[in-house]
Amino acid sequence: MGKVKKTIKSIKIVADKCNGCRACELVCSAFHAKPRYSSSNPARSRIRIVREPLRDIYLPVYAGEYTASECTGRDRYIIDGKEYSECDFCRASCPSRNLFKEPDSGLPLKCDMCEDEPAREKPLCVEWCINDALLYEEREEEVDEAVVAPGDIEIGVESLIDKFGLQQVLDTIARASKR
Amino acid sequence: MRYAEIGFDLEIDLSRGSIDRVETDPTLTKLHLGGLGANAKILWDRVPPDTEAFSEDNLLIFSTGLLCGTAAPGANRTIVTTYSPQTRLMAYSMMGGFWAPELKYAGYDKVIIRGKSPDLVYLWINNDKVEIRDASHLRGKGAIETAECIRAELKEPNAQVSAIGLAGENRVFFASIEQGRSSASRLGVGAVMGDKGLKAIAVRGTKDVNVARPAEFMDLCTGVMAYIKDREAKPVPGVMPIVAGLGSPQEMKLVDEEWHTANFMWGNSRTRRKELTYTMAAYSDLDFGFRIAQRATEYGVDGFSAPQVMAFALELLEAGILTDADFPGMPADSEGRFFWLLDRIVRREGIGDVLADGVYWAAKRIGNGAEAYDHNTIKKHEQLPLKLGMLNPVYYLMYATGEKINITQIEGQFPQSPFPTREEREEFVKDWIHVPDEKFKQYLLDWEPRGEKSNPYYPTVEASCDIVDWQEKMHYIDDALGMCAGLSSFPLKPPYHIHNYPAFISAATGIDIDESELGQIAKRNRTLLRAINVRRGMRRADEKPPEDHWKRRFPELEAKLLDAYYEMKGWNNDGIPTKATLHELGLDYVSEDLEQRGVIGNGQG
Repeated sequence: MGKVKKTIKSIKIVADKCNGCRACELVCSAFHAKPRYSSSNPARSRIRIVREPLRDIYLPVYAGEYTASECTGRDRYIIDGKEYSECDFCRASCPSRNLFKEPDSGLPLKCDMCEDEPAREKPLCVEWCINDALLYEEREEEVDEAVVAPGDIEIGVESLIDKFGLQQVLDTIARASKR
Repeated sequence: MRYAEIGFDLEIDLSRGSIDRVETDPTLTKLHLGGLGANAKILWDRVPPDTEAFSEDNLLIFSTGLLCGTAAPGANRTIVTTYSPQTRLMAYSMMGGFWAPELKYAGYDKVIIRGKSPDLVYLWINNDKVEIRDASHLRGKGAIETAECIRAELKEPNAQVSAIGLAGENRVFFASIEQGRSSASRLGVGAVMGDKGLKAIAVRGTKDVNVARPAEFMDLCTGVMAYIKDREAKPVPGVMPIVAGLGSPQEMKLVDEEWHTANFMWGNSRTRRKELTYTMAAYSDLDFGFRIAQRATEYGVDGFSAPQVMAFALELLEAGILTDADFPGMPADSEGRFFWLLDRIVRREGIGDVLADGVYWAAKRIGNGAEAYDHNTIKKHEQLPLKLGMLNPVYYLMYATGEKINITQIEGQFPQSPFPTREEREEFVKDWIHVPDEKFKQYLLDWEPRGEKSNPYYPTVEASCDIVDWQEKMHYIDDALGMCAGLSSFPLKPPYHIHNYPAFISAATGIDIDESELGQIAKRNRTLLRAINVRRGMRRADEKPPEDHWKRRFPELEAKLLDAYYEMKGWNNDGIPTKATLHELGLDYVSEDLEQRGVIGNGQG
């Protein structure tokens, strides 16, 4: 398999600057609404803030890979006197929690960096972050040629297969396509 | 489909234990928008005017504003409305945080609570599933502690919880409702919640809030975000930090923000001690301030009233009106005395039971000259303890007539004092796009710190009325939309104003309104509130700032100001809306009611 250069997009999170305003959650859910911007709903957002104002904890985390099973990590971290769970930093849509799942279907959500035509300069959560707690970064990396990032449908189908098994999903799709 | 609003309220009767989801009338949105306006309409229609605060028939309304839950930055306010046990007038207290948006995401615009539960309960609203749950294990717990317990037992860390502490449970007249880092503190809404046997309302919602014209609405929101960044980079020069930027976190950014820490009287005092730090009543250090504020937050008491009530009690002790026998076991040191008093008040123990009714009622009950020490209440409610030199005509009107009875949520937009030089004023008005009319720029340009065109005779009576009208209008719009005053009606040159609000409302709701229609809605809401309080007996005689609020008073000028203000509002000389005004606002049902009660006469108006 050959190597190719690829632009890796990421969001640098300066948690010290986040004040928990949740503007990122609002604009993310509005951008991904259909039709676009027609609704807002933080439960659908692909970025969420772990937010405990009375402990001064504001930690933005954006949705990463879908995973079918839980991990074993439940460690606690104390940083500058504030206690975090390992899960707080985790970007996965996983069975152990409700984070990064469509509230209606339970299908996993993943950040797509606000992919758009024409391409946006940066994701909307970064644009809307008034305190510069979210910073957009691009870097070039060499990756395997064949690796293509899965889209929303692929992630969704994968999670359905994990939940119901391949045969049931195929049968259902076959039935639905006849309607 | 309804846009921006949900179109459903939750009606809870705690006496019967019933829960109903009720569709609301969309025409009311056009008349009142939502939030405060909608609450006023419900209170007028459904609670008879002779209803006492602690009555089954009194309603406790938790309302979202029209824009809450949309992407409009800062639309997050919860507007709590009921009849106040302290003023006996309509109370509306508001809080920030994320409770209101969460309620919208759960599928409701309001929670309307009637009746009383025989046992302490809490409400759990989880999208379509709504339960009244036992709260006996939460009795006596702090408001913040309660929220944490509830989130833990529901296993729902994302639930937003509004709760009362011990003060609310014991119906302290200045008890608050606490939520996250916010609270609805003023006018005793927490006491009414406690009277209803309701410890908390927890909400979790995962549904959409829709807007009518998405692209247009998002453009407006993006514009506001850009404006905020720009405005924050350019603080207004020559004013105190709290109004130089936006929002109110300036006090938190600068821990010892001088304008607040050194500029107020605090406590129940009459003189300012400039060197002292803001620690409310006990003259001590900032650390004490934070420690007692933390305990007061768990108990759930108002941060304006509670320190004044405690300081008032100690003043009476010093004056010999109360004696040591009234304070058995109280420590001798200043800090200890305040902790001791706070503990007695929230438990209504001994003297605490008297003080728990607030300064006005406590002074009446104690008698023996105690009334003379009640020098900072308006309409029976403790004010921000400001004692100033020269009467400011604009502030006189706001203090006298404010239905909120809380100056910080009446003032705004217009500088609080004149800029010293003409150059500074000219600089200020250059980008002052927010004025509803160009004449406001002239008012500011001509306003001098000294001489002919200075307080109290300038701004003139007419200009003062105009300025107050603008300030009020913006607050009434914000309170209907659920917009944080810190991004709109309070600071100078805010992102939201009278010229861009109509576009926001139209794009969000699909109801097209223009500036004059929006002004009319604000006036309707303001007049309806006035009518509710007039029906409860409020009159001109009640509209009196404390006598020592300003050292220099001008009775004739003050009377003229009030006359002119009433006239501008379309009210009679006793502060009662006229029949013609009510008719113009589509409030004929109000004038019919007031007429039947003999409040307004047949030939009136």
